[in-house]
Amino acid sequence: MAARRRLVSALLVFLCASSVFSGAESQEATLTGGHRAAAVDDPPTDTERAEQAAEQPAVEERRWEATEVEEATPDEAAGEKQDTSAPGTAAPSSAPQPKDDFQEELVVRPLHSGDIYASFQFRTLWETDFTRENKVSHYRLFPKSLGQVISKFSVRELHISFTQGYWRTMQWGQPFLPSPPGAELWVWFQDSVTDVDGTWKELTNVLSGIFCASLNFIDSTNTVQPSASFKPLGIGNEATDHRFLRYATLPREIVCTENLTPWKKLLPCGSKAGLAVLLKSEKLFHSSFHSQAVHIRPVCEDRQCKTTSWELRQTLNVVFDLYTSGQGKREWSLFKMFSRTLTEACPLASSSKIYIDVTDNPQGEQFELSPATALLSQAVVLGDRRTFSVYDLTQQITFGSVRSLNLLIRWKSTEGDMLRPLLHAERYVAGYGLQTGEIHTLMYNNHPYRSFPVLLLDSVPWYLRLYIHTLTVTSKGKDNKPSYIHYQPSKDRLRPHLLEMLVQLPPNSVTEVTVQFERALLKWTEYTPDPNHGFYVGSSVISSLVPSIVAMDTNSTLKRPLFSSFFPCKEESSFFVRIYTEPLLVNLPTPDFSMPYNVICLTCTVVAVGYGSLYNLLTRSFQIEEPSPGLAKRIANIIRKMRGVPPL
Amino acid sequence: MHCVCVLPSGSSEPRRQDRVTVDNNNMGLLSDPNRRRALLGLLTRLNAPICVVCYMAGVAWFMGLAFEPFTLRTYMSENAMGSTMVEERFPAGERALATGREFAAHKKKTGGMPVDWLVRTMQARGLEVFTQSFSRTLPFPDENKERYMVKGTNVYGILRAPRAPRTEALVLSAPCSPGDENNQAVGLLLGLAQYFRNQIFLAKDVIFLVNEHDLIGMQAWLEGYHHTNTTGMDWSPLQGRGGSIQAALSLELSSDIITSLDLVLEGLNGQLPNLDLANLFYAFCQKIGVLCTIQGKLQRNDWDSVSGYSHAVQTMMLMVMKQASGRPWGDHGLFLRYHIEAATIKGINSFRQYKTDATTIGRLLEGMYRKLNNLLERLHQSYFFYLMPSLSHFVSIGYYMPAFGLLAVILLLRALDLWVQLMTPPPRTEDGVIDIEQSSPGVLSVLTPLVISHLTGVALYMLPVRFQEMAVEHFPVSETEAVVLTAIAVYTAGLALPHNTHRLLAGEGDGAGLAGAEAGRGALPGRAVGLHRPHQLLPGLHPGSHPGARGRLRHTSRPKGFVGFHLGHPQPGLHAPLFRVFLPRATGNARQLPGWLGALPFRHLAGHPGPRAVRLSGLPTDRPVGLSLLAALLEHPLLEVDASQAGL
Repeated sequence: MAARRRLVSALLVFLCASSVFSGAESQEATLTGGHRAAAVDDPPTDTERAEQAAEQPAVEERRWEATEVEEATPDEAAGEKQDTSAPGTAAPSSAPQPKDDFQEELVVRPLHSGDIYASFQFRTLWETDFTRENKVSHYRLFPKSLGQVISKFSVRELHISFTQGYWRTMQWGQPFLPSPPGAELWVWFQDSVTDVDGTWKELTNVLSGIFCASLNFIDSTNTVQPSASFKPLGIGNEATDHRFLRYATLPREIVCTENLTPWKKLLPCGSKAGLAVLLKSEKLFHSSFHSQAVHIRPVCEDRQCKTTSWELRQTLNVVFDLYTSGQGKREWSLFKMFSRTLTEACPLASSSKIYIDVTDNPQGEQFELSPATALLSQAVVLGDRRTFSVYDLTQQITFGSVRSLNLLIRWKSTEGDMLRPLLHAERYVAGYGLQTGEIHTLMYNNHPYRSFPVLLLDSVPWYLRLYIHTLTVTSKGKDNKPSYIHYQPSKDRLRPHLLEMLVQLPPNSVTEVTVQFERALLKWTEYTPDPNHGFYVGSSVISSLVPSIVAMDTNSTLKRPLFSSFFPCKEESSFFVRIYTEPLLVNLPTPDFSMPYNVICLTCTVVAVGYGSLYNLLTRSFQIEEPSPGLAKRIANIIRKMRGVPPL
Repeated sequence: MHCVCVLPSGSSEPRRQDRVTVDNNNMGLLSDPNRRRALLGLLTRLNAPICVVCYMAGVAWFMGLAFEPFTLRTYMSENAMGSTMVEERFPAGERALATGREFAAHKKKTGGMPVDWLVRTMQARGLEVFTQSFSRTLPFPDENKERYMVKGTNVYGILRAPRAPRTEALVLSAPCSPGDENNQAVGLLLGLAQYFRNQIFLAKDVIFLVNEHDLIGMQAWLEGYHHTNTTGMDWSPLQGRGGSIQAALSLELSSDIITSLDLVLEGLNGQLPNLDLANLFYAFCQKIGVLCTIQGKLQRNDWDSVSGYSHAVQTMMLMVMKQASGRPWGDHGLFLRYHIEAATIKGINSFRQYKTDATTIGRLLEGMYRKLNNLLERLHQSYFFYLMPSLSHFVSIGYYMPAFGLLAVILLLRALDLWVQLMTPPPRTEDGVIDIEQSSPGVLSVLTPLVISHLTGVALYMLPVRFQEMAVEHFPVSETEAVVLTAIAVYTAGLALPHNTHRLLAGEGDGAGLAGAEAGRGALPGRAVGLHRPHQLLPGLHPGSHPGARGRLRHTSRPKGFVGFHLGHPQPGLHAPLFRVFLPRATGNARQLPGWLGALPFRHLAGHPGPRAVRLSGLPTDRPVGLSLLAALLEHPLLEVDASQAGL
C-alpha cells in the first residue's frame, strides 16, 4: 500500500513538474518591453507553447539560442535590429497595456517525405475575469460566443479539436499540436461547479451548436475522467482534482467545411484579412491531414503572475500531399496550397508572421525558397533545434513591389526514407472471429541509450468487455511491470473502460501492451444504422517526457559554443510529447438486419408450431370414445334429441 | 376427415377404457394412436420406394439447378457499389509490363524474391514499405525442390488514403511465383500502386502485397497481420498496418496479353466470398468488355440445347467439387477465415481471337477498387452460400438445400424404419425359451465402440506421419504417397470393425445365445458388412432382444438375400409365423383391420394401454412422440389412409 502511494505521489510530482513548467512558460510568453520584443521575435515561444508543455530550463535554453542567433548570423544583424525595433517602438505606446491582444502566425515545414506541413496559430489574449459575478458584456477581440460559454459553465480550461486523417509520425515526424482522428474534447471545470456531469452534458450540447459538430453524441458512455494524462495547461494547475476533468473523443466524427466556417468566425478578422484569407475549404480539404482546434485557458499576464488573462488559441494544421497536388512538378507555393496569396496582415493583429522551417536546408540543397528573406530565427521545437526563415506581414517590405506575397518552395532532392521518431506508437486488433479479440498497443522507444516513462491512456467502450486479467506489458521479451495502473471497469451502457498506466520504456525497444476482450452482443436498437461497418474505439493517448534530440546529438559539439557542450546530457533536456494511436474499427456480432421478412416468417412459424402443439396438449380434454353406435341407435338418438330426452 | 373417432366433448360419459382418443383439431398426431399407426405403417411399408423416390428427386432437383430458367440472374445487392458511373482511367499498362519484366530480371538474378528491388520500387512510388520474413518446416519435402524448410519474405507497401484514420484497408496481392510466372501480375500491381498514389478518391488504405511461396507466404502475412498463429509458422511481426481489411483481390497474370479473366472463389474449407464480389467482377467485365470465365468455362447462351445445359452442369459441379476438396484454390482462400471477402483473378491466355491488354486489366482492377473503396460497410448484403452455373447466374442456398434435404431424409427414413422395428415387442411364447434378456448389456457395450472409434482417430492422426519414413525405406513410394496409403490402410482395417465389435459384444452378452446367433447367421449373406442390424447402430441394445435376430434364430431357412425385416410388408404371409404371437389377445373390441395392418408395431399399444406396452431396455423410446413433428409433414395423406382403413 505504501509502495503504491509512493508511486502515485511520484507520478504526481512528475506531472506537477510538467504543469509548473508550462505555467512558467506562459509567464515567459507574455513579457513586456524589451523582453517582449525578444519574445515576439522569438518563434519558439509560440511554437513551443503550442506543444502545451515545456520546461523552465527551456527558457534559459531559448535565451541562449537567441544570443546564438545573433552570433551565428551577424551579417543579418541589420534585419534583426529592424525586426526588434518595430515591437520596441510599439512597446511604449502599449504602456497602458491593451486589455486584449491578437497574434497570428503560420509555420510551414517542408516534410521529409516531400509533403508540406502548414500550421496556423491565432492567439487572442484578454485580461478579464469571466468568473466574477457581474457578467462580462463588452467583447472586442475575444469571441462572445465562447466567452459566454466560459462564464456560464464555469469552464477553467477547454480544449477541442477536430481532425480528419491520421498524423503519420513515421513520415512526418512529430506535429506541433497532436490530435486524434475525429473529435476530441477535454474540459477542466472550476471547483465551484457542483454538478459536473450535468454541466458537461450541457456544455457539449452548446459546443455542438457552436462548431456544427456532433458533440452532442458525447455522453456518459464515452466520457472518462483521466487521473493523470490530462493536466491543466494554464495557471492554477496545482489543484488537479480530476473530478473536475472530463475527456471524450468521437473517433467517427467527420470534419468538413461546416466545421471550418464557424471556426473561422471566431477570428477577429474572420477570413477577410490576414493569414485567415488562406483558409479556403476547397484547398484545405484537398490534403492528407486536416486538424483544427480551439484551446482556451487562463494564463499569466506578467512574470509575477499578478493578473491573469484568458487565452484563446485557435490552431489549424494541414498537410498537403506532394503527389496528389504537385502533379509531377515538385514545388509548392502559397497559391498552390491555398489558392490565395497574402496581401496584408490582419489589421487587428499585433503580430503577423510566417515561419518557414529551413533547418534541413542550410545551403539550399533540399529546396529553394523564394522570395528570400534576411530574417532568420532559431527555436528548440520538440527537443530539436530548428532554424526558420521569418516573413513579417506587418512590414510592407515583405510584400515587395507586387504588393502580394506568394512564397515558393521548389524541391530539389528526392524524398528520403522513413523517419525514426524517438517515440511512436501503433495499435491494432488481433485475432479473428466475432467472439473475442486482443488489443495490441506497441510503443517504440528509438532512443539509443535512454529510457523514459510514458503515460498510456486507453478508453475502451463498454461493448468490448476487457479481460483485464489478461493485461500484459512486455518489452524486449520481458515482463515490464507498470509503476502505476489506474483502471476503472466499465458498466454496461453507462460508462467505458478507463485504463491508465505509467510504463517505463527501455532504450531502443518496443513495448507491447496487450489485453483481451470479448465482443458484447448489443440490443437490436443499439446498433448504428451501418452495423456492418464496425464500431470505433478511440485512440490511445500516450503522454511522455521524451529526451531531447539536441541532447542526443553528440556530433554537434562543433557547431555549439564550447560552454554549452560540456555536459552532454542534461537532465532537463527532455520535452513533452503527446501522441495518439490509430482508432480501431471493431466488428461486433451483428444480426442480419437486412432480412426482417425472413425473421418474421421464421418467428411466426416457430411460434405457430411450437405454441400451437403445446397449447393443444394442455387444453385438450381426454375422453372415452363411444364405440360407433349402430344405425338404429343413431336414428333413435336423433329422435330422442328432438324430443328433448337424453340420448341412449 | 379429422374427426373420425371423435366425440363431442361431454356428449357421453366415460365408460370404457380401451380406446383413448382426443378431439384433435390440429396436431392430432401428437397423441392420436390411429394416425400414428397409419403413418408409421406407411413409412415402414413403403420405405424403400420412398427412399428411392427421394433420392431421384434430390438428384433431379440438383441437376435442375443448372438449368438457366430455374436460376436467378446475379444482381448487385450492395447499394454502395450499385451504379458503375466512374470512368476508369488507368493508362499505364505498357509501363506496368515493363516493370514486370524488370521484376523478372531481378527475380532471376536473386534466384527468388527480389526484396531490395521491390522495397525500393514501392518506396519510389510513395508507399510505406515493410517486409515480413517467415519460415516453416514442412512435414514433407517440397514437390519440386525437395526441401523441408521454407524461408521467404513478403514485401508489402501501404498506400495511405488522404484524411483517413487508418481504420480500413483493401488488399491487392500478387504471388511471387518461381520461374517465369506471374511477373506481369507484379508489374501491374506496381503500376496500379503508382496510379492510385496520384489519385484523391481513396478513402481506405490500399495494401499492395507481393507474397513469396504462394499460400505459405500469404498465410504468414495474414497471421502476422492479425497476430494469430494457427499453423505453427515462424514469422516476424508486421510493422505497419492499415486497420481492418475490408476486401482483397489476388492477381495471377503470366502473359502480356490475355484472352480471358478467370474468377476463382473457392477458399479454405469450401468457404466462399460474398456473392457481391463476383457480381462486381462480372459487372466490370461487362462494362469494359473483357471475356470472363468461372471454373475456366465461358458462359454460353444456348441454355436450351443439351450441350449448353451440360456445360452449365459441368461448371456447377466443378464448383461443388472444388468446395468439397476443402483446399484454397488461390491465395485469396486464406483471407476468408479472417472475414475478409477475397477472390483470385487469373489471366488466361488461350488461343481465342479476342485479346485484352494490360491497360484494360488495369482499368478493370481500378474500377473494382474504386467500388470497393466506396463501400460503407463490409460486404454483407448478398449471399455467402451459393453455386454458380455461370458468372451471370447463381443458385442460392435456399434453392440447393432442398436437394440436399431430399438426400438426407433417406437416412432419416431408414433410421426410422429400423427404430420402428425395435419398437415391436418380443414374442411371448409359452415355453419362455426366448425371453427378453433383461440383464443389461452394461456400460462396457457402449464403451467398446467408443474406445475403438477413438483409437481409430488417434491412429489416423498419428500413424501416417509415423510410418512415413518407415514406408519410404521399405517400399518404393514417396512420402506423400506413404501418408495416403497409411490412411487407406487404417480405413481398410476399420472396415472389419463393425463385424468384430458385434462378435465381441454378443460374446459378452449371452454365451448361449452366441452360438445360436452364429448358427443362425451362418446362412445369411453379407454378414461382414453387418450394418443392417439395428443393434449395431444402437449400441445400447442387446442383440438378443432384436426381433430380427430372434427371427433368424427361428427361421434359419430364410431365403437368401433377405437382410432387413419389413414389418409392414404387404404380404403378411411371409411374416405370419413371426408376428402372430403378439397380435392382440385382449382387444375385445378391436375393429377388423386388414391383415397387413395387424403387423403394425403399435398395434399392441392401442390394444393394451399401460403396462402392456413393452419397452425395451436401453432404448430411449418410451413413447414415439419424438416422431410427431416429422410425421406431421405427412399427416394429411396419411389421415386419408387412416380413415379409409379405420373408417369401417
